Amino acid sequence: MDSDAMRVDGNAVSGILGEVFFQEMTAARIACGGCGKVEAVGAEHVYTQAPGIVMRCCHCDSVLLVVAHTEQTYRIGLGKARWLELAEER
Amino acid sequence: MTLEDEMGVELRRWSWESFQGLASDEIRADIHCVTKWSKLDTTWEGVSIDTLLDGLDHKATHAMAFSEGDYLTNLPLEDLLDGKAWVVFAYDGLPLEPEHGGPARLLVPHLYFWKSAKWVRGLRLMDHDEPGFWESYGYHIYGDPWREQRYAGD
Amino acid sequence: MARAAVRGRLSWVLGEVVELIDETSRVRTIVLDVPDWPGHRAGQHVDVRLTAEDGYQAQRSYSIASAPEDERLSLTVEGIPDGEVSSYLVGELRVGDMLELRGPVGGYFVWDVQMGGPLLLIGGGSGVVPLMSMLRHHQASAAMLGARLLYSSRSWDDVIYRDELERVTSSTNGPEVVHTLTRSQPPGWTGYTRRVDSQMLAETAWPASSMPSAFICGPTPFVESVAAALVILGYPPASVKTERFGPTGG
Repeated sequence: MDSDAMRVDGNAVSGILGEVFFQEMTAARIACGGCGKVEAVGAEHVYTQAPGIVMRCCHCDSVLLVVAHTEQTYRIGLGKARWLELAEER
Repeated sequence: MTLEDEMGVELRRWSWESFQGLASDEIRADIHCVTKWSKLDTTWEGVSIDTLLDGLDHKATHAMAFSEGDYLTNLPLEDLLDGKAWVVFAYDGLPLEPEHGGPARLLVPHLYFWKSAKWVRGLRLMDHDEPGFWESYGYHIYGDPWREQRYAGD
Repeated sequence: MARAAVRGRLSWVLGEVVELIDETSRVRTIVLDVPDWPGHRAGQHVDVRLTAEDGYQAQRSYSIASAPEDERLSLTVEGIPDGEVSSYLVGELRVGDMLELRGPVGGYFVWDVQMGGPLLLIGGGSGVVPLMSMLRHHQASAAMLGARLLYSSRSWDDVIYRDELERVTSSTNGPEVVHTLTRSQPPGWTGYTRRVDSQMLAETAWPASSMPSAFICGPTPFVESVAAALVILGYPPASVKTERFGPTGG
């Protein structure tokens, strides 16, 4: 819904995702509960022109994840993400 | 653009054409984004909320602005009246572009800019306050930039 | 340089500016000495944080320009009008200054020689930076696979790494570099003069049958239209990786 030109992708928010998930997230895979497609977080659309960040499925625009970083708290909205897959730490 | 009551019953509705036919103001304002930047002296054109509510009999104390894509943001009604808020359709003399919230967005310059809902579709009049989208995520329920009310508890 | 451990929580580290290179009138490369740098993969980036005297902090992400094999870490930054961090980095930073960095970050838009090729790199403006890291890695590892860069710039003066790109294209096993200059061209220019489009890609990209790995970086509209065009040319979507810099650039 946000303007196309303003959007970025999961690469642009790897910093905050790394703070939340304690690991590199752009290669993590996320399944959309809206259309079923699975993509790397780095490939998904992200909108940053807001108080927090909104990640939307690059295929069907469903909101997958919302991350709001307020004072000393991260609130993560799980949106329409069906699952998020992270590689195990080694 | 619609006005609704809490039950979702439509109180008033304007089509794009009829909306454009309402009296509009030229607004010059500073806007404050919660991510710590401000843009000074922005110019807009829009219809004041006073005009939209004119003559409407209601007992509402608050309103929830709703937009395309399920975005919601809540405001006390008194912050929308007396020349403090508009539904704007032009920025800097030109029709409002989608990336700035066009064709129409709410403009409430005295509060943090996330309250100025983009792609606004209507206002739901309420007799109580409840958090909208970013407010549910921990942002301040009111959002006064002069008191730096960014987060809940500020 | 050790292969980057992209695991675990990253913390801020300090790097010392040892060299500054003006690539173009608005773009500067910052070469840093970062003790205990864990290493990185081509395509990754770092977060840079500036702290003002009053404690105000601003943070931005910049792609790493250096190859994993390089001794020092380089970041290439484009100065954006009204960009509070980029104007400082391009205009005020001096050799000897310290910079706070966090990284490397990135696990999707990365390429290592082991991932194979041939490699197709398509960059718009400052989008060329992470692609340059990939190209430098390709050179340093003497990879026996093809690499091609299609690079869109406004003018010859805006081409970042111009001399280095000229040099590597003339070396054996060097990459092929195709420029397109969209706003103005030097006298005698015989290359492309328009924005990257399907026709240009059809003429310059590896055929899909050679199973290339494609990386596209630059402004969002550029990245999205090029990615769509590659898929129409037969590239499997999974072989096309994208990094969007937003409306104008990184």
